[in-house]
Amino acid sequence: MAKNILIVGGGLAGTIVANGLCRQLAPQLRSGEVVITMLGTTETHMYQPGLLYVPFGRIREHELFRDQRKVLDRRVIFHVDPAKHIEVAKNQVSTEGGRTLKYDYLVLATGSRIMPQSIPGMAEGAHWFYDLEGARKLRDALSKFEGGKIIVNANAPHKCPVAPLEVTFMLYDYFKGKGLLDKCEITYTYPIGRLHALEPVALWAKPEFDRLGIKYETFFNTEKVDPEAKTITSAEGVTMPYDLLVTIPPHQGAQVIVDSELGKGGWVPTNTKTLHRDGSTNVFVVGDTTNIPISKAGSTAHFEADVLIDNLASLLTENRMARDYDGKVFCFIETGTSTGTYVWFNYTTPPNPGPPSQMVHWFKLAYNRLYWLSAKGLL
Amino acid sequence: MQTIDARGAFCPGPLMELIAALKLSAIGDQIEILSSDKGSAADVPEWVAKVGHKMVGVTDKGDHWSIIVEKAK
Repeated sequence: MAKNILIVGGGLAGTIVANGLCRQLAPQLRSGEVVITMLGTTETHMYQPGLLYVPFGRIREHELFRDQRKVLDRRVIFHVDPAKHIEVAKNQVSTEGGRTLKYDYLVLATGSRIMPQSIPGMAEGAHWFYDLEGARKLRDALSKFEGGKIIVNANAPHKCPVAPLEVTFMLYDYFKGKGLLDKCEITYTYPIGRLHALEPVALWAKPEFDRLGIKYETFFNTEKVDPEAKTITSAEGVTMPYDLLVTIPPHQGAQVIVDSELGKGGWVPTNTKTLHRDGSTNVFVVGDTTNIPISKAGSTAHFEADVLIDNLASLLTENRMARDYDGKVFCFIETGTSTGTYVWFNYTTPPNPGPPSQMVHWFKLAYNRLYWLSAKGLL
Repeated sequence: MQTIDARGAFCPGPLMELIAALKLSAIGDQIEILSSDKGSAADVPEWVAKVGHKMVGVTDKGDHWSIIVEKAK
């Protein structure tokens, strides 16, 4: 009887897990002892960090997409058929297309989604770059922008924690390049009492903002946007006018997680080391889907996936877990359109970002293409 | 009561976790956040006062703090 591994979600986390398992379980796949199935929502795989470059014309849209079947190892059975109901008590998942799939091991990799509609007026009054349509609209708005008040507005929770800072620095460079700086006032808002969740990054960003004349408002959690009056108001009672509002909308997990009663807001309670769903021994959670209090980022998904691959392969071949996830996260930080830095940390090692350099920026640009090797499980 | 164990969480950190959890809570719900970041014992109460939620208590547990907040609006 074949062991069925079912992966729900075809984003980076699910794709790395699928491809990595194919490498580690090649004999078992060949003999039919193991079957790996993935349920995805689209035919295409998108390189999400590339969206940051779209508004500035620094990446071509076609570079963001590949056919998911070509990214996946051909031994993975891939259905574009979103999960509709996940029944962990019965070890089965039903789909929108009418399938019912039984599993021995389930990997939940359903990811996160932006929720601008959760804040009154945000969807109508703000721009964002966290999906392709939003990034295109922001690109069009920037091309017509002739100066005024720009607000970069970060909301909790959100994935890619450095993106709010990156887009602020890139907007500064963009306006500088267009000769519009003297007509622009950039204000950055952040939910907590400093400029970034990571204290060393916040301490680095503050003098940079001061040097560049970028204003900031901390303890700012958006309560409403008024698209007519062009104002944004925080739950803390601050209202600011804007001409261009670039928001990082609040996120939630997938609706199927909520509908299946697997976690409030779509975030699944997860063991921080083993990545087991709390209360399950054959259900694992990876990437943005977990409720682990660490960054929701592609690198988190990648490092978690590496651990999960080893553990699932060990469980299937040796009936034991191989190792724990140590909380590792690595993030590039673009500090403009020509320099960058990076930060890494885990559960026990605090972050310590180095000085920005052109070399790190170039490496980030190279990674924009190397990403596809990560997704294939080769990097 | 929901407990968020944010001990050792560098990013997004205890306060950001609390803000996210409160968005998914109903008025009157209490949330306990465990934090090993000494700054949390000060910045969580500061933010709670700014927004108008209710601080239920801050307890020094030796190697971490237990902070309980009630959603008030």
